[in-house]
Amino acid sequence: MSLAQMEAVAPEEAGGSLGRDAWRRLRRNPVAIAGAVLVVLFVAVALLAPWLAPYPPDKPVGQVTPTSIPGPSAEHWFGLDDLGRDEFTRVLWGARWSLVIGVVSLLLGMTGGLLLGLLAGAFGGWVDGVVMRLVDMMLSVPGLLFAIGVAAMLGSGLDAVMIAIAVVNMPIFARLLRGQMLAQRGSDYVLAATAVGVRRRRIVLGHILPNSLTSVIVQGTLTLATAIVDAAGLAFLGLSSNDPSIPEWGRMLADTQRYLSSAPLLAVFPGLAIIVAALGFTLLGESLREALDPKYRR
Amino acid sequence: MSFPSDSPADPVASGEPLLSVRGLKVHFPVHRGVLLRRVAGHVRAVDGVDLDVARGMTYGLVGESGCGKSTLGKAVLRLVEPTSGTVLFNGADIGGQSPEDMRRLRRHMQMVFQDPLASLNPRQSVESALTEPLRAHGFTGDRSRRVRELLDLVGMPSGAAGRYPHEFSGGQRQRIGIARAIALNPELIIADEPVSALDVSIQAQIVNLLEDLQKELGLTYVVVAHDLAVVRHVSDVIGVMYLGALVEESSSDALYAQPLHPYTIALMSAIPIPDPEVEERRRRILLTGDLPSPMNIPPGCRFHTRCPFRQPTRCADEPPGLREARPGRKVACHWAEEIAAGSIRAAASAHDPTATEVGTPSP
Repeated sequence: MSLAQMEAVAPEEAGGSLGRDAWRRLRRNPVAIAGAVLVVLFVAVALLAPWLAPYPPDKPVGQVTPTSIPGPSAEHWFGLDDLGRDEFTRVLWGARWSLVIGVVSLLLGMTGGLLLGLLAGAFGGWVDGVVMRLVDMMLSVPGLLFAIGVAAMLGSGLDAVMIAIAVVNMPIFARLLRGQMLAQRGSDYVLAATAVGVRRRRIVLGHILPNSLTSVIVQGTLTLATAIVDAAGLAFLGLSSNDPSIPEWGRMLADTQRYLSSAPLLAVFPGLAIIVAALGFTLLGESLREALDPKYRR
Repeated sequence: MSFPSDSPADPVASGEPLLSVRGLKVHFPVHRGVLLRRVAGHVRAVDGVDLDVARGMTYGLVGESGCGKSTLGKAVLRLVEPTSGTVLFNGADIGGQSPEDMRRLRRHMQMVFQDPLASLNPRQSVESALTEPLRAHGFTGDRSRRVRELLDLVGMPSGAAGRYPHEFSGGQRQRIGIARAIALNPELIIADEPVSALDVSIQAQIVNLLEDLQKELGLTYVVVAHDLAVVRHVSDVIGVMYLGALVEESSSDALYAQPLHPYTIALMSAIPIPDPEVEERRRRILLTGDLPSPMNIPPGCRFHTRCPFRQPTRCADEPPGLREARPGRKVACHWAEEIAAGSIRAAASAHDPTATEVGTPSP
């Protein structure tokens, strides 16, 4: 190994071998496969919706009256909605919005939470005290209620929904990272690094942080599932965008409430879509946790 | 070795000990209460220890689990903060050093840990673990050559560099831990139970490795262990610790020939002797009662609650200092001479149901 190559293998990047182990366990786990299939399906649909969808998502393509909404047929697999738009098309396009809202809110919440957790975990003392009391306060309010409050405060709209979900998830990541870092901080290898003279900043960023991140990855996957469900919940409550042309699963559920007796399937399709997406990320997250947890490691 | 500031704390006259500890105390506060946290007491892990370690020697520190020997080792490197007392390394007081100065000073004093797996970062390749100390201290030479050199010194193939801790056996991991400790060419190595986590068959190899390295690199060791056989094998001087204090200090040979402190006598009596006839006559001294809590150390002699030689006077109320009972032998017992002469005998306690055997604690 040349000196140049050696430089490239700084400990921050040097996770290869453990990763390989986890990857092998993941591949052998049928639950992980099932989760991965659902997640891939969801993401593929989200990315390819414009090409997969047979009709435009925001224009009527058939005749409907409030008393007769056509159900599934060969032309319209999921039938038409109350405004005569193709339901199948709208469910496909809905994946796109769910993915965008889920990913953006996750990234926002995770970034904020990790910064808070890093602050608390790296400095300890009164910084830790202040940050963690703030986190406790946020966690003491039920998640969805908190999200509703934040979204209502920001005024409805997609941005408000994403920020609200991010704010709700922030304390979860803060507490998780801080706890992991505390556990790592007392470990022997951190003591050993101190003993050989590694500087404090490098110990935190090069040793403690990377070893604390596996559970953050797991939590991130699981949080994506709840973010999708929460986004649908907020939309259902009318806190999302008012634009009726945006096909959003939660909003689709809300719009079809009035026709529940005449066209119950209109509620079933977006509902199933939400379940499939959330289930995929949950299964994948749980099996990731299993694969990465040192207790399962041989 | 090429370091930017290659100045070990000035090499003083060779008569000076490399490491000199005076009155070292490490007390950990114990908190009670949830809302109103208050200090309910202190665990006196190390409670006033004096010791000197001469250059090139091996100082063995023995005692039961929880007697403070590991804490003492860490306090010497200031990996735990001493409560009071001084530690002089090469004449420099490590207590007064700023964190950055302390970091630099640790180049000359290193540590080998008990659990080799826990002491290696699982995400760090061997190469990275061994170059890290070099980077931290600004080593300017060829780092990958130094890594190969270190691996060779500890008897590992150079191919080990690219691999990760979990791919090795316990003995190999400890070799890597030792390689990391010698990476900076230190003068002093504190080895905290270096072999107690290893299979017995591997222990001898690691002990031999430590001895070879000492000869080759002129290292000074403080070896912390609860295993008397290991300590005897490697040590020139042995300190016996009980409840945070040294109770006896002597050259290794003299200590094993005739232990002077009742606690040492009890510890020694637990070692089987590889001679059936002598073993037949060996009388085991069993200690009564439990090890007192280090939060509540008995007054007077700290060993008097369990001492089979306890006398009605002095033991319970007068703390015995570590004194030179014989030339070169220090002992903290009022009655060491009488016990050695046989005029005070151990109380018969072998049938006491509360008697516990010492010397075989769990790590």
